[in-house]
Amino acid sequence: MSQQVEPILRVRNLNAWFGESHALKEISVDIPPSAVTAVIGPSGCGKSTFIRCLNRLHEEVPSAGASGEVSLNGMNIYGEGVDPVGVRRKIGMVFQKPNPFPSLSVYDNVVAGLRLAGIRRRSVLTEVVERSLRQAALWDEVKDKLSVPGTSLSGGQQQRLCIARALAVEPPLLLMDEPTSALDPIATAKIEELILELRKQVTIVIVTHNMQQAARISDRTAFFLMGELVEFGETSTVFTVPKEERTERYITGKFG
Amino acid sequence: MTSAQLQGYLAVGYAKRKFVDRLMRLLLLVAAIVALTPLFSVLFYVLSRGLGNLNWAFFTEVPKPIGESGGGMANALVGTATLVGIASMIGVPWGIAAGVYLSEYGRSRVANMVRFGTDMLASVPSIVIGLFVYALVVVPMGGFSAFAGGVALGIIMVPTIARNTEEMLRLVPNHIREAGLALGLPRWKVILRIVLRGSVSAITTGIMLSIARVAGETAPLLFTAFNNRYWHQGLDQPIASLPVQIFTYAGPPDEVWNGQAWTGALVLLFFVLVLNVTSRVFFRSGSVGRE
Repeated sequence: MSQQVEPILRVRNLNAWFGESHALKEISVDIPPSAVTAVIGPSGCGKSTFIRCLNRLHEEVPSAGASGEVSLNGMNIYGEGVDPVGVRRKIGMVFQKPNPFPSLSVYDNVVAGLRLAGIRRRSVLTEVVERSLRQAALWDEVKDKLSVPGTSLSGGQQQRLCIARALAVEPPLLLMDEPTSALDPIATAKIEELILELRKQVTIVIVTHNMQQAARISDRTAFFLMGELVEFGETSTVFTVPKEERTERYITGKFG
Repeated sequence: MTSAQLQGYLAVGYAKRKFVDRLMRLLLLVAAIVALTPLFSVLFYVLSRGLGNLNWAFFTEVPKPIGESGGGMANALVGTATLVGIASMIGVPWGIAAGVYLSEYGRSRVANMVRFGTDMLASVPSIVIGLFVYALVVVPMGGFSAFAGGVALGIIMVPTIARNTEEMLRLVPNHIREAGLALGLPRWKVILRIVLRGSVSAITTGIMLSIARVAGETAPLLFTAFNNRYWHQGLDQPIASLPVQIFTYAGPPDEVWNGQAWTGALVLLFFVLVLNVTSRVFFRSGSVGRE
């Protein structure tokens, strides 16, 4: 079943390299809006590289490069003269390890993106802090300690703080690179719950190592293997009646 | 060999190893004491010789003419503060900028050359830097000056601060930078507002240590700042400094002067010690390298 709605992100013939090694080969996929798309596959299959190409962070690694077309709402982010800095304002990202900015308070972490973009009005910032932290389901836990360092929170709280930080600039698309792999099961469950909640407002592409997680939270699943997109479809289909044998073997744990 | 024999051998071997272990530990302790002896003897000696003349006048009065007793080194204290101030104004921004360049943009061949140059500069004898500044500043300006002395000390500060800044910025994990970039911030803002800010305490520590180092420098001041028996008359005039004053007063066979020199040494030593200790405490309380 292919989606009828206009995709928010259209990827065509995306290739990525690390020096000589060809990390992604001719990836073409349509990411539907207001849904969670999971990217699964064994280690080193290129799934992280894939989402790092979606906000042009991949090219920040020395000797790394990418080519192809990635259109966000019709605008090719790999087009000529497109500034990656502008692209990244519209596409948020949450990383594997919680990485709040050191020596910034919870408050300052959330508004970092706004403040460094020049927004200074305290009333605006404070409003965004509350809204973003509520969205990230962290408000109730930190509302009385907004001035403590972001790094002093627990790991799970730090990760939700990073989600709030990404949401503060209101990106239509949020990329998550194994956001729960450094967290314990309880913190993981909280983040998963949060993702299901966020799906209503923002499109999410999430890389995960954990197939149960992909099955639990995603609407669509993309299976990567050795730099290729093997299968992409409705999560329920991919996990129950995959079209490709390789997908089935991975999902049933025969390799990977 | 029977099991009993084997056990016997093992027992003997064990006693021997235990003995060697004790011996080695003792030797290491002796080595540590030997290494620390100079420090404590210097401290003790300077204290015993310098404490006698330490009084209020030392900090408030300028030197008396030769032969008269009393007087102090107030002008040299202010001079050293002035020189260190000028040096910091030059060395700190320059050093930090170089360190940021090396850490954040330091993958090119140019950067490797800069890094090599910084290391070379750090090992250039300070008197050579004094000579260099003599040719560069003193000669064109037509005379010794506080400014020239500050420039010489500032140049000495640059490599220390640059390498320290580079190393401290490298401790900031790369995913912190990526988090900034992913928020849509330009690289320079990420560096300035996030990476640099996260290492402020460590970088400050490096600055304090380099100040402690240049505060005691004598050689580069001899033909740049020179010396001055009175309060200095402007930054374009020669200026007194604690190390040079000690050097001057320690030479002639004059009881009063020599006593003043010891007291000067005591004050200088104390100042450097305090700077070192506070910077260490400061560093420990800082947040660098922690996540």
